[in-house]
Amino acid sequence: MDITQQLFEGQRLRLAPIDHEKDPEIAARWTYDPAYLRSLGLGAARPLTAAQIKKKYEALEKQMEESRDLFHFALRTRPTDESQESRLLGFASVTWIEWPHGNGYLQIAIGERQDRGKGYGSEALRLLLRYGFAELNLFRLSVVIGSENQAALHLFQKFGFVEEVRRRKALLRDGQTYDLVHLGLLSQEWMEGQSHV
Amino acid sequence: MYNNLFEGELVRLTAEEPEAMAKAYSAWAAADSEYQRMLDTSAASLFSVKKWKEWLEKDLEKDPSTFYGFCIRTLADDRLIGFVGLDGNVVPHGEAFVGIGIGDRKDWSRGYGTDAMRLALRYAFMELNLRRVSLNAFEYNPRGLRSYEKAGFRHEGRQRQYLKRDGKRWDLVYMGILREEWMEMYQNEYTRT
Repeated sequence: MDITQQLFEGQRLRLAPIDHEKDPEIAARWTYDPAYLRSLGLGAARPLTAAQIKKKYEALEKQMEESRDLFHFALRTRPTDESQESRLLGFASVTWIEWPHGNGYLQIAIGERQDRGKGYGSEALRLLLRYGFAELNLFRLSVVIGSENQAALHLFQKFGFVEEVRRRKALLRDGQTYDLVHLGLLSQEWMEGQSHV
Repeated sequence: MYNNLFEGELVRLTAEEPEAMAKAYSAWAAADSEYQRMLDTSAASLFSVKKWKEWLEKDLEKDPSTFYGFCIRTLADDRLIGFVGLDGNVVPHGEAFVGIGIGDRKDWSRGYGTDAMRLALRYAFMELNLRRVSLNAFEYNPRGLRSYEKAGFRHEGRQRQYLKRDGKRWDLVYMGILREEWMEMYQNEYTRT
C-alpha cells in the first residue's frame, strides 16, 4: 500500500460523494425496509420521503464542513466492461470523531436486500479502515452492533475488531432484547494485519 | 409509601433558573480543569456565563422524552453543588445514559454524588420506567468508579486506550444497571413506610 494506490477505489465498488439529485429517491425506497434502518441506528424505523432525505443530506454535508467530525461516503458500483452504469449500493461513514483522542466510529449500510451478503460490506470496510487509519490518522476505530446482527459482527471480527463492551439487553426489537456490542480496532493492530497481506 | 422522588439522604434534585446554573457551571469549569476532565471526553475549555446560559436554555427546550436534567442541592445547607442528567435512547429502547458532576472538589468524597446517583436511578426506573441505565467513566477516575459500583452499576467492558490525556492512554469504562438488578437492590428501601 502506498500513495499511488487509490483511497476511494475498491475492486467492485468505490467511495463517492452524495448525489443530491439522484440518491434521495433511491434511499427513500430503502427506508421501507426496517432491516436497513435498524442497521443504521437505534432510532425507531420509519419511512421517509425523498425530500426528507434530501434535507438530511444537506444537514450532513453542513456538519462535514463545519464540525469536521464526520466523513460520509456513498457506495457505488464501479463501471465494468458489461455496464458503464454506476449504481448506488449504500452508505459508509467515519463519524463522531474526537480529534484530541484520535477516536472514530464506523457505519456501513447496504441498501438493497439482494446486494447484502455479496461481499460489498467487506470491500467498503477495507476502504474505510485505510481511510480512517492512513488518511485521518486515527488511533482507534469503534463500531456498535446489535447482538442479533451476526453477519455484521462476523464482518468486523474478520477485519480484526475485538469485542470490548457489551451493553446487556440494551436493544429491544420485535419484543425481544439483545445486547449492544461495541467492537474496537487500534491502528497498530490494523498495521500489523496489513503486513501479512 | 416513601415516594419523594427528588429527595435523598444528603441531597435533593432541583430545577434552577438558567442564570444560576450558568454562573455555577462556568465557575466550576474555570476553577478546576480536573473536574472537566473527569466529566467529559471533549477537550477542557472555558466558556462565558452568557454562552452557558444559551446552552442551558436550549437544553430546557429539548424534547423531554430525550433528556431529563436536574441540579443537585445539599439538604443540610441548600447549596447548589452539581447536576445529574439522563439522556439517550429513552424511546424506543428504554435506555438512558446518566451523567453526573459535583463541581467543587471540597464537595467530593462526601457521598453527595452517590446519593444523587441513587435518586437518578430511582427516577429512571420508578418514574421513567426504563429498562436499563448506562454510563461511561474514565479509567483515571477511581473515585467515580467506586461510587457507581456502590450505586449498583456493573462493569460491562472497556473501550481500550480510548482517551489520551497528559500523554498517556486510558480506557473508557462502560457500566450498566438493569431494571431487575435495581429492583433487587432498592425495592425494600423504596417501599418502606
